[in-house]
Amino acid sequence: MATDVRNMRLYRRRSVRNRVYMGLSIAAAGIGLGWLAIILGTLVVKGVVGLNLAVFTEMTPPPQAAGGLANAIVGSLIMTGLAVLIGTPIGTLAGTYMAEYGRYDKLTPVIRFINDILLSAPSIVIGLFIYEVLVTRMGHFSGLAGAVALAVIVLPVVVRTTEDMLLLVPNTLREAAAALGTPTWHIVAKVGYRAARAGIITGVLLAVARVTGETAPLLFTALNNQFWSTNLNAPMPSLPVVIFQFALSPYENWRELAWTGALLITLAVLSLSVLARVLSSKSGGER
Amino acid sequence: MSMMANNLGVAASAARTNEDTPEKISVRDLSFFYGESKALKNISLPLYERTVTAFIGPSGCGKSTLLRCLNRMYELYPKQRAEGEVLLDNVNILDAKQDLNLLRAKVGMVFQKPTPFPMTIYDNIAFGVKLYENLPRAEMNERVESSLRRAALWDEVKDKLNASGLGLSGGQQQRLCIARTIAVRPEVILFDEPCSALDPISTSKIEELIDELKDQYTIAIVTHNMQQAARVSEFTAFMYLGELIEFDRTEKIFTTPSVKKTEEYVTGRFG
Repeated sequence: MATDVRNMRLYRRRSVRNRVYMGLSIAAAGIGLGWLAIILGTLVVKGVVGLNLAVFTEMTPPPQAAGGLANAIVGSLIMTGLAVLIGTPIGTLAGTYMAEYGRYDKLTPVIRFINDILLSAPSIVIGLFIYEVLVTRMGHFSGLAGAVALAVIVLPVVVRTTEDMLLLVPNTLREAAAALGTPTWHIVAKVGYRAARAGIITGVLLAVARVTGETAPLLFTALNNQFWSTNLNAPMPSLPVVIFQFALSPYENWRELAWTGALLITLAVLSLSVLARVLSSKSGGER
Repeated sequence: MSMMANNLGVAASAARTNEDTPEKISVRDLSFFYGESKALKNISLPLYERTVTAFIGPSGCGKSTLLRCLNRMYELYPKQRAEGEVLLDNVNILDAKQDLNLLRAKVGMVFQKPTPFPMTIYDNIAFGVKLYENLPRAEMNERVESSLRRAALWDEVKDKLNASGLGLSGGQQQRLCIARTIAVRPEVILFDEPCSALDPISTSKIEELIDELKDQYTIAIVTHNMQQAARVSEFTAFMYLGELIEFDRTEKIFTTPSVKKTEEYVTGRFG
């Protein structure tokens, strides 16, 4: 069994190189995951301290007084909900145009390109834009302006996922429906949406997860509010802005609440992502 | 055994199909283009009422393209167009004024791969019916049952009508698609290689079904399988490179074809 010496040397060099690259990859993955673990750990440790019922029932307190985040949580829910209500129908219809009606139109690649730009636009730019077109004209900050700013962030995510998911629906299914004499809209609604439903819902959930933590677009639009407010025509509090304000404050109780708020947002985003993952891993075609 | 039954079928229908049998569809000087390339070259042929016509020929000869002209399925895609005439009951369906959905409700189609919709077995059938008819629940139930019976699927699915159509086997799915097609009461049914994704037992079931359906519908079938064409059809069109080489009674095409090319193909010398 005399093996050629040169071959063995080559082989050893290859396996050493393999081990080096494997080690580097593992280290890189470890560093990435490590930071995530540290962030989550810090959040939990610092956030859990302030987590109690008062957080959900009491308003944001003045400095050095007891209080909670109830108004900020509700403000966030209202604005996020409204943003989804505005962004989802427009987004799904636009995505439907691109995937179904205008699939071969020259306009579609243009829309897709612009949508991709919007998708990666810095959210502070969107905040400034809404400030300019809504806040200055209305004359004051408002929850509505905040919701619209968030809707502008939701929109491109929904457009993109709707188009992608509808494009995944095989053409054979469209042909089969068309072969029965089905009008185009009926094919889209009853066959396309049905087959792509899980994916489209996943896209909406991911969009919600994305806007949940947005601070910049709310700073110049919804501003903040120390008190309970569900008035869309008035400034509205939100978790990210409260965290931003409280975390930078010199007051111990504010900083503690900021940590708790950060923990809440992170948990919300985490559960949305898990839900989205579960939905998208299920077969899109069932029932 | 099924070969024998089909031989009898051919003989019987050959007796029935004489010069008086009306043309349900008349293809006249039909050309088809994918962009610049001409895929069909001046095809003319009849589809006789309540008979089975098979389109055979090597891959890429245009037989599926021809089939897709008969219900204008090609309209779903850009840069595809047909020239010439396709008369359905003496009306040119290639006319721009022809309503596509109404045409397709009259000319049904069954595809190569089974394509059940992502919904229940019941809804798969009811889907097409609901488009054009407003049936009370009881009548809809009846229609679903009769369509499934006609497609020889009822006994296998009657206890799970609310289960997803995607859970059926390939052969069952294809029969579900046939049931779905006949549920909307078309006059013509186009089969585009309906058995190419199926096992032999499912294939023979579908063939028996086609044989039964022809007393009610005009049928066109594209097939790669020459035995299948011989078994199920009364007329056969042999196509090659976008041209119709020969159209005649199936018996004649497979025993004494007039064109050398046809003989070479049906005897397996090329294709």
